[in-house]
Amino acid sequence: MSKWGELPLIFERSKAGRCACSLPRYELPEAELPAELARSQAPRLPELAEPDLARHFSALADRNFGIDSGFYPLGSCTMKYNPRLNERLAALPGFADLHPHQIPEDAQGALELCFRLQEALAEISGLDAVSLQPAAGSQGELTGLMLVRAYFADRGELGERRKVVVPDTAHGTNPASVTMAGFELQPVKTDARGNLDLDDLRRVVGPDTAALMLTNPSTLGLFEENITEVARIFHDAGALLYYDGANLNAVCGVSRPGDMGFDVVHFNLHKTFSTPHGGGGPGAGPVAVRRELEPFLPVPRIVRREDGSFALDSEQAKSIGRVRGFLGPFGVFVKAYAFIRVYGPALREMSEAAVLNANYLLSRLKDVYELRYDRLCMHEFVLSACALKREHGISALDVAKRLMDFGIHPPTVYFPLVVPEALMIEPTESESLETLDAFVEAMLQIAAEAAENPELLHEAPHDRPVERLDEAAAVKRAIVRYEFGESAPAFRQPSAGT
Amino acid sequence: MGTGYLALTDADREAMLAAIGVASIEELFADVPEQVRLKRELELPPPASELEVERELSELAGRNVSSGRELSFLGAGVYDHYVPAIVEAIVSRPEFLTAYTPYQPELSQGVLQAIFEYQTVICELTGMEVSNASGYDGATVAADACFMAAHATGRKKIAIAETVGPQVRQVVKTYAPGFGLEIVEIPHSGGVTDPEALLAASRGAAAAIFQQPNFFGCLEPAPDLARAASEAGALAVAHVDPLSLGVLEAPGAYGCQIAIGEGQAAGNRLSFGGPHFGFLAAKKELIRRMPGRITGQTVDRSGRRGFVLTFQTREQHIRREKATSNITTNQSLCALAGLVYLSWLGPKGLRELGETCLGLAELARQTLPVEEAFAAPSFKEIAVRLGRPAEDVVREAKKLGVNPGYPLGRDYPGLEDVLLIALTEKRSPADVARLAEVLGEVLA
Ligand SMILES: Cc1ncc(COP(=O)(O)O)c(C=O)c1O
Repeated sequence: MSKWGELPLIFERSKAGRCACSLPRYELPEAELPAELARSQAPRLPELAEPDLARHFSALADRNFGIDSGFYPLGSCTMKYNPRLNERLAALPGFADLHPHQIPEDAQGALELCFRLQEALAEISGLDAVSLQPAAGSQGELTGLMLVRAYFADRGELGERRKVVVPDTAHGTNPASVTMAGFELQPVKTDARGNLDLDDLRRVVGPDTAALMLTNPSTLGLFEENITEVARIFHDAGALLYYDGANLNAVCGVSRPGDMGFDVVHFNLHKTFSTPHGGGGPGAGPVAVRRELEPFLPVPRIVRREDGSFALDSEQAKSIGRVRGFLGPFGVFVKAYAFIRVYGPALREMSEAAVLNANYLLSRLKDVYELRYDRLCMHEFVLSACALKREHGISALDVAKRLMDFGIHPPTVYFPLVVPEALMIEPTESESLETLDAFVEAMLQIAAEAAENPELLHEAPHDRPVERLDEAAAVKRAIVRYEFGESAPAFRQPSAGT
Repeated sequence: MGTGYLALTDADREAMLAAIGVASIEELFADVPEQVRLKRELELPPPASELEVERELSELAGRNVSSGRELSFLGAGVYDHYVPAIVEAIVSRPEFLTAYTPYQPELSQGVLQAIFEYQTVICELTGMEVSNASGYDGATVAADACFMAAHATGRKKIAIAETVGPQVRQVVKTYAPGFGLEIVEIPHSGGVTDPEALLAASRGAAAAIFQQPNFFGCLEPAPDLARAASEAGALAVAHVDPLSLGVLEAPGAYGCQIAIGEGQAAGNRLSFGGPHFGFLAAKKELIRRMPGRITGQTVDRSGRRGFVLTFQTREQHIRREKATSNITTNQSLCALAGLVYLSWLGPKGLRELGETCLGLAELARQTLPVEEAFAAPSFKEIAVRLGRPAEDVVREAKKLGVNPGYPLGRDYPGLEDVLLIALTEKRSPADVARLAEVLGEVLA
């Protein structure tokens, strides 16, 4: 039916006896392996020659969509252009072929790069000390909460301080991190302007509060207007403030979390600092802290000795310990550092362009899609498809799927949870006015189609390799790996269809 | 002003501000209270051109002694295996490189199918039935396994062999207080773990974790360890080297419920320790306890096969504080490199590679002028006694252009004179001969 056709699994392309690899063959002595430790049945890995391997993965790539494919306004994910220079730099043999156990004397360039990145992140966040170790934003959150825990344990207050306050707009990782760090979740509401509800906040904050976790601007794309009062409420109660840096792209060089009153921050280098997301990672989630929390940072720390050389220090009695292997995802650091070097202080212009792009889209779309909190936005904004749903039975999901027909990646949908039928749109600074206008045209056309031809939207997308997929069936069938030897796949017959 | 990464012209900006109805970009930040605004420029080095940045970073790269600049036998968790060109060609396809997590399956069948294939390959290697889409690294997946086991068994203790990589144990200990877990370490005897000792330590434990081959390069009596764990009612968790699994038995075949490991050796360059990927696979009954993304097969409206993220009610975006983990971004691209690499090898290549590693280790054992520290058989790393502090030997050997390995005394008091030597297929018999020569010279 479509240009795509069926794509076999790599296992379905396999034929016994084929092999892509070429390995060196040495004259080597026979080694003895105890029989009970030896492999009894060979793993059924794919068996293809290299040309077919190349074609298989090329066909998979053809069925995927990245920033280079088109506009990708996926809210909260900061899908900006990933400069190719950074790929080249991370692949330099001096970085990519450097063993992490190399003695520090022979890894000075790498350690210096890490150190410089730490200094840049401290300056951008307005805080004092940085650890690059966490592997992604959510691990940065967990690390940050572990720091909070260690800080209160050190002061003998951990027994009472059980609760971490998280707004209802928060990303799911925040409450999940609270549990993993051994705290209890204390939700707090959002007020009619989209700020934290101060009355609710004053009610819940007390001697049992350990910290607030806040994303600012929030996941609604709104800057917390009462941030200084919020910080005062927590600090007066002896609690700390944690900044989820997922939305830092709005405020680089404009306003710093440390100046807002936050004590711990995590960065998403794969968002703000452009390192490619790779279809779901790798990322990097460094944390920055105020001086009082520095003793608790993960080890090893990178330190500069008096002679200007760099060393690793694992002798930190109060450290929470290690949160992942080695110093963190170093290859990601190279790319983020290169990005920061290209901009320098002009990171502010980056944030300004991101905010301008978002407000432009907002101003052009808010009369057609509902806007729950009618304010200027920061780097992203959340519209609602409620009216389309009410009047024409068109959901946020239908809008999202129809956008694909225009060659546009949909916004984030159904998040944040406080906005029904949410469409969370983040254009980033990378986009041209022409791209933004094309998106506006598509969104306006979709709104018109909702009234005129709702079926078209229900059936979208129209020219992708698959139509909408049955997610309930995926859970019910629980096929999470290829089932070998099944001759006729049970997937030919059409499903009852929704 | 600005950089080449920004597309708006002055005229664009004017038109956009007019459409918004504000006079300046400044006005867009009206909600940012005066007190929290930064009233100066960021103190960062001035903007640099692409050429300048390349020069600056090349200079930094040039100050590192990478594996091509000395004859290196470093391993200890991260290994210098060959990465074939096809791997890099595929992972640099922008549709993979520049995509986000596959939330919209119609635009992400490439990544989703690749994850499904990856999950299959990991299950095949480990003898397990379900695999997630990847964890951060070989250390954090161990913490994930603890969390799973604690929930599955309702127990609060974890027994972990001392021969499991030090960084893995450190990460488990960092996570433990938040999970409310007690960690008990099982001392080694003669470089391997005694099944009786593991049995004793595992009573009342949620999981017993051991590593095969272990951090000393020794082969553990893995089937006996798994049996001991089960006898104690603990889940048996094996931390394995994926490239050993062409010649070594699959954990699922000797009674483990969970298999984890560091995937770096499969298709990922050393990169000073990351980004790499951790893998985590388990028996089917644990699927609802798994952390992270899982891809499942389903059908579209016309009955065509397709792939989606599945069992999402485990995850943070739905279950929030009750989720099995907070993970979202994982290591997709690194796992994809692993998939391409393992597909390049195939079963035949994996076996051949394993045999080469075994043979090189045997050659080193027979020809190096040093004694082995432990009697147990090994896979691709051997621990040798030098009779002198290994740190000193490393420094002296490096002057002769050879990095002979990793001093175990860094993590194990009492083993200061023990050196861990890694042998991948990138080291030839001639390289082993050179190592023998240099050790002979340094130790003379
Ligand atoms: C607001 C927010 N917080 C936290 C995260 C978690 O970050 P990561 O995916 O790097 O773990 C995300 C993105 O997924 C996010 O959007």
